[in-house]
Amino acid sequence: MKKPRALTPWRALRLAVCGLVAAMMLAPLAIVLTLSFSAAPFLTFPPPGFSLQWYAKFFADPVWMATLRTSVMVMIPSSLCASALGTAAAIALSRVRFRGASLLIGLLMAPLVVPVIITAAAIFGAFRVWGLYGTVTGLILAHTVLTIPFVLSTTLASLRMVDRTLESAALTLGATPWRSFWRVIFPLILPGVLSGLLFALVISFDELTVSLFISTPTVRPITVQMWSDVRGSVDPTITAIATSLFLFTLVVMLAETLVSRRARGRRPPLAALGF
Amino acid sequence: MPRGRWFWLAAPALLLIGAVFLVPVGWLLLRSLSDPRWGLQNYAAVFAHPVYLRVFWNTIVIAGSVTALCLLIGYPVAYTMAHAGERGRRFLVFVILIPFWTSLLVRTYAWLVLLQQNGLVNRVLVDSGLVAAPLQLVYNRLGVLIGMVQVQLPFMVLPLYAVLSRIHPRYGQAAATLGAPPVAEFRRVYLPLSLPGVFTGCALVFITSLGYYITPALLGGRQDLMIAQLILIQIGDFGNWGLAAALAIILLFGAAVTLALFYRILAARQRPLR
Repeated sequence: MKKPRALTPWRALRLAVCGLVAAMMLAPLAIVLTLSFSAAPFLTFPPPGFSLQWYAKFFADPVWMATLRTSVMVMIPSSLCASALGTAAAIALSRVRFRGASLLIGLLMAPLVVPVIITAAAIFGAFRVWGLYGTVTGLILAHTVLTIPFVLSTTLASLRMVDRTLESAALTLGATPWRSFWRVIFPLILPGVLSGLLFALVISFDELTVSLFISTPTVRPITVQMWSDVRGSVDPTITAIATSLFLFTLVVMLAETLVSRRARGRRPPLAALGF
Repeated sequence: MPRGRWFWLAAPALLLIGAVFLVPVGWLLLRSLSDPRWGLQNYAAVFAHPVYLRVFWNTIVIAGSVTALCLLIGYPVAYTMAHAGERGRRFLVFVILIPFWTSLLVRTYAWLVLLQQNGLVNRVLVDSGLVAAPLQLVYNRLGVLIGMVQVQLPFMVLPLYAVLSRIHPRYGQAAATLGAPPVAEFRRVYLPLSLPGVFTGCALVFITSLGYYITPALLGGRQDLMIAQLILIQIGDFGNWGLAAALAIILLFGAAVTLALFYRILAARQRPLR
């Protein structure tokens, strides 16, 4: 039976804070979304009318298109690499039992915990010496290292839910260890792997701080171009780009929700971050 | 198949992390001790200049304020999320996660549009007669705090929620049955049970705030220079690698000490409960 709830001061405070938080979290997004369709020649709110002029400008501009291409050329290989390496590492580290295993997991997770400016400065210094500064390869390597933690944690979470007796059963029935892994275990952890891959795509596409250090005007991801644009002038084209970026992320994250919902058992939101 | 053989599957990832993360960070440490010549002069320079110390102090104060504000706002939200009905919980999860899926740059830029001199917030305030002239809401400490709290709030709410949702309401009921008034019930029963979440959230928010670059650079003023901006200036404008490396290593050391401290407190608190 449900108790009728009285409006105690604590409950009133909680409702007020929740309302404030909802406004604080959603307002900036709503503003950018609205302004991207504005018919005004400059940033003004509310917009006097609606148009697609900023989207037209975005898709017609060769500089924006070139940086978008760079972002995609970095995002796809780096997230595939991170998925392959992260999954392999998760499988290995869930099977070996020695004292260093958790240390190695910590090491692979480090790029997520260490303040990003340190990673950025360190990679920049090393890449300049190694000739990777300002190259697509350099960006791919850096983004792979930054996204491995996400793949590692989603895959480790799925591996923990897999019943190990299934593998023993396959082995007893005469399957080789390799075959029993691919035919039995891998299909079961696939949702975790895919969800890590999708996280990696989004993180790479949105990454700014490290890219800012290691990219040059000729090889520049779209976020770095946006950064230099935002700092210069307040051109409304940026709202159209921001909205496009948001839509891309939204689609990927909805796909992630679908994938993780199909996974066996319920995962808390953002298992990729270890919560 | 011997278990040891599986280990080799982890080798590629470990090699890559070693080459693209560990070696560069190690190189940074080396650089801080050897550029332009061997010795501790870079560290001495950091501690000898009031300007650098001021930036460190700024960074700690901003990260601390952001952590405190996130806890103050995040606790009631996480509490409501943990104990509200299904619909309320879903709405709050949506509210917390949606901005999380949007890029940091986009959100920071949106604050710039909202908070500027003739932005929406100022217009509402002036038109409603609450203030006479537009307030300075951005390019100062206030702007940095608003922007950073919005970005960091999910990192406080999610670990808190994970802990609060596991606190059974019976503990509270037991305390109430034993005659505890609501305030005592919260302070003596609920709050201590929620502390692991509080510590995890605070550690996460504080440590990541220390290294923030984008938000303070865009929303802050000259007075709000944080350590990350100083590192970038030293490398980009002056090519002063030794000093920049020393600043980064001190930051890394500070982050590690903070993390260790939080773990210590957490471990010490949990022991008697076991």
